[in-house]
Amino acid sequence: MTDNNNENTSKPTSWQKKNKSNTAKMGFWTAAWVLSMALANFGQRFIWDFNLTLTVLAVLLNLALGLKMVFANIHHLKGLDEMQQRIQLNAMGITLGLSLVVGLTYSNLDVLNLISYHAEISHLVIFMGLTYIVATFIGQSKYR
Amino acid sequence: MKNKLKVLRAERDWTQAQLAEALEVSRQTINAIEKGKFDPSLPLAFKAARLFKLSIEEIFQDEA
Repeated sequence: MTDNNNENTSKPTSWQKKNKSNTAKMGFWTAAWVLSMALANFGQRFIWDFNLTLTVLAVLLNLALGLKMVFANIHHLKGLDEMQQRIQLNAMGITLGLSLVVGLTYSNLDVLNLISYHAEISHLVIFMGLTYIVATFIGQSKYR
Repeated sequence: MKNKLKVLRAERDWTQAQLAEALEVSRQTINAIEKGKFDPSLPLAFKAARLFKLSIEEIFQDEA
């Protein structure tokens, strides 16, 4: 930028640095949560031989890391600019709505024996993840 | 909403990335505002006005 605008460039990349830092923190806590989920699920069978205390501790650790991930996500969202926040809000709204409607329809298919397998919660989680990715991509394309 | 952001930026020989840094938004947001695809909030419009030392009306115009 030109010299007469040096006051505007005193902290040229602080916002972007903060954003990258927030994204990295969210990634870290998400990875920690996923790993603790695996530990809670497989630990009792493969590591501590069904010790109840360790199993409860693993579940509590998973819960605590999950909460930490949620707060890291909130912090990340607050650090985005207003257009990015709008894209994320739209993506979340679409994901919530579709997950509710499609999830209950999927559950009904199972209850009514219209599908040959059980409607698992993991299917819904995968659906939510894919919906969120697609909705975010569409939102970003809209403003490109 | 129309705006003169692209013209003002070009007059100062700034890139979208430099303007984005100064306004603490992403380059994509500057691009969307310049193309009229995204209308900035009042605080962001004030920030742009302060940056260019102009009034909001001199930068943003209602199309209605």
